[in-house]
Amino acid sequence: MSKHSRPSGRRVFGVLLASVSLALIGACGGDDSDSGSDSEALQELGENEGQVSILTWPGYVEDGSNDPEVDWVTPFEQETGCEVTSKVYGTSDEAFNLAKTGEYDVIAASGDLSLRLVAADEAAPVNTDLVSNYDGIFDFLKDTEWNSVDGVNYGIPHGYGANLLMFNTDVVQPEPTSWSAVFDDASKYKGKVTAYDSPIYIADAALYLMKHNPELEIENPYALDEDQLAAAVDLLKAQRENIGEYWSDYLKQISAFETGDSVVGTSWQVIVNSLDSANIKAILPEEGSTAWNDTWMLSSQAENVNCAYAWMDYIVSPKANATATEYFGEAPNSEAACAETVNPDHCEIFHAGDEAFSEQLWYWRTPIAECLDGRTDVECTDYSQWTAAWTEIKG
Amino acid sequence: MTAEPQEMAASRTPGAAISAFLSRRPWVRLTALLSVPLLWLVLVYVVALAALLVTALWTTDSFTGEIDKTWSLDNIETVLTTALYRTVTLRTLGLAVLVTLIDVTIALPIAFFMAKVASRRTQRILVVAVLTPLWASYLVKAYAWRSVLSGGGLFEWLGQPFDVQSPGYGMTALVITEAYLWLPFVILPIYAGFDRVPDSLLEASGDLGGSGPQTLRWVVMPMIVPAVVAGAIFSFSLTLGDYIAVNIVGGTNQLLGNLVYTNVGAANNLPLAAAIALIPIAIMIVFLTAVRRTGALENL
Repeated sequence: MSKHSRPSGRRVFGVLLASVSLALIGACGGDDSDSGSDSEALQELGENEGQVSILTWPGYVEDGSNDPEVDWVTPFEQETGCEVTSKVYGTSDEAFNLAKTGEYDVIAASGDLSLRLVAADEAAPVNTDLVSNYDGIFDFLKDTEWNSVDGVNYGIPHGYGANLLMFNTDVVQPEPTSWSAVFDDASKYKGKVTAYDSPIYIADAALYLMKHNPELEIENPYALDEDQLAAAVDLLKAQRENIGEYWSDYLKQISAFETGDSVVGTSWQVIVNSLDSANIKAILPEEGSTAWNDTWMLSSQAENVNCAYAWMDYIVSPKANATATEYFGEAPNSEAACAETVNPDHCEIFHAGDEAFSEQLWYWRTPIAECLDGRTDVECTDYSQWTAAWTEIKG
Repeated sequence: MTAEPQEMAASRTPGAAISAFLSRRPWVRLTALLSVPLLWLVLVYVVALAALLVTALWTTDSFTGEIDKTWSLDNIETVLTTALYRTVTLRTLGLAVLVTLIDVTIALPIAFFMAKVASRRTQRILVVAVLTPLWASYLVKAYAWRSVLSGGGLFEWLGQPFDVQSPGYGMTALVITEAYLWLPFVILPIYAGFDRVPDSLLEASGDLGGSGPQTLRWVVMPMIVPAVVAGAIFSFSLTLGDYIAVNIVGGTNQLLGNLVYTNVGAANNLPLAAAIALIPIAIMIVFLTAVRRTGALENL
């Protein structure tokens, strides 16, 4: 080997240094800092962009791929020329992270997500004048605390419904009428009880305590001070002994009930519908229930704003709203939609438009330090404490 | 030969010009050559690890999910002092050790048979058989175990005559699933290890009066320890980081991976997730240091 081709130690170091700096220059790309969303809602609609991407609960955006009979996306695509892509999520927390990626134009959000989106500047104000079907929507769903902030509207109401108690009638006898089936009496079905895998499930325990342990003085299951949260955590820790598995993926919940690995637990009407089995029943227990009230929101990072408006207008139109809410198993958002349901009693079953009933349901909210029930003498536990409590409950 | 005519010829095409340029400047050549692998190494390993460590020192605003970039040791302190993280760490560690032990126990005789007993033809078939499960997706295999172990599933059906119940979803199911998933990764290095042991040594040991077990203990084992360690590193580290199989067959149990996942996915608390992720890294460092002490790494 010649003298020239043998590098000295120092020169090797030099080369390495040069390579590393080259590598680092390549690595340090531009950090795109988001210039906060403008708080002005769109004033006028333009031409449709040709596509729209939607982040949604399962069962809200059906294009026939799950069931060829169930398809309300294709008519929309034909009507507007907006190609729909959709992504399904299992919990509001998951949706929050997905929404932050900015890949979605429209988001179907429950009350425990909508305000977080607004607070994180991920939601854009919605000009309801551009949504022609907005007028027909029940008034009590409009301008609520989970879709409006300081008089600015951030979304279009879609529908609402309760979390149900689902059980296998072959095993769970006598038929339960109370949430005690998954709390105080859960040991009867040890290892076959299931619960929703999200910190928001703490509110279900709090609602149960609200009705059964009045001395705790819980007024609102989303406004818990530290003692009340501790009581709910204790109840859930006791419940955990009897839990077979938690669920957040609704397909896993379906398979667990099909095989009999789970026989009783909290569920959604859409799961009952998918199971479509004679021995699976779901009820609204006597304590009432936690519930969701969903809103179509516009992402502040939306690239296809016009198609997004077109989708929001379409999905709240009586026909589409009736089909979607009936499929999911929840109350539609307008009187006109009730007239369009396949089952004429659908709206009666789900108490659509019944304000008094709606007030008995505890719609998902994000717990915050400032007590939602109006107490000012004590600080409430916020969602991060709920999250910490939830991982602790699961152990 | 002089340099001049060569250079004139080289400058005719751009490719040749570049190669001539590089041939005269070995430092540029070496820098260009090393940049890509170093970029990879620095980006994927060093920067990622550093980012993890730095993120662990930040905090999150729980309502908006924005990351607050003021330095604090809160997350590390939480992870070190909360009983929950100790329990989960011990559970994860226990699972990883158990899975590794089971896999090594199963893999040793299989690998020995493949390398030393089976005919050439059987050997090839066995290698294919061991490799085949790797063609199926991880998820398919995990869900397959979910249905095997479910109520009225294959396990219960096979166990019925012997009055054996399915363990249901939980730690037992998880041990079975993980042991199954990582078995090929343990068999293959051990098989390669056995394959490297010359038959003549076994014969020599026999000729000198060594019994079968003696030969295995004093001749074969020292030679395949590095292979066993390699297999063990695979099953141990793969189990340590897993969180998907836990969700599928683990029942209510959480492992470290799940805590990281919930904190990234559900709680949106990236800093805490980063702090938790430091636990398996610390465990792996301790594990690899211990392995290095035995000298097994040098023989890999």
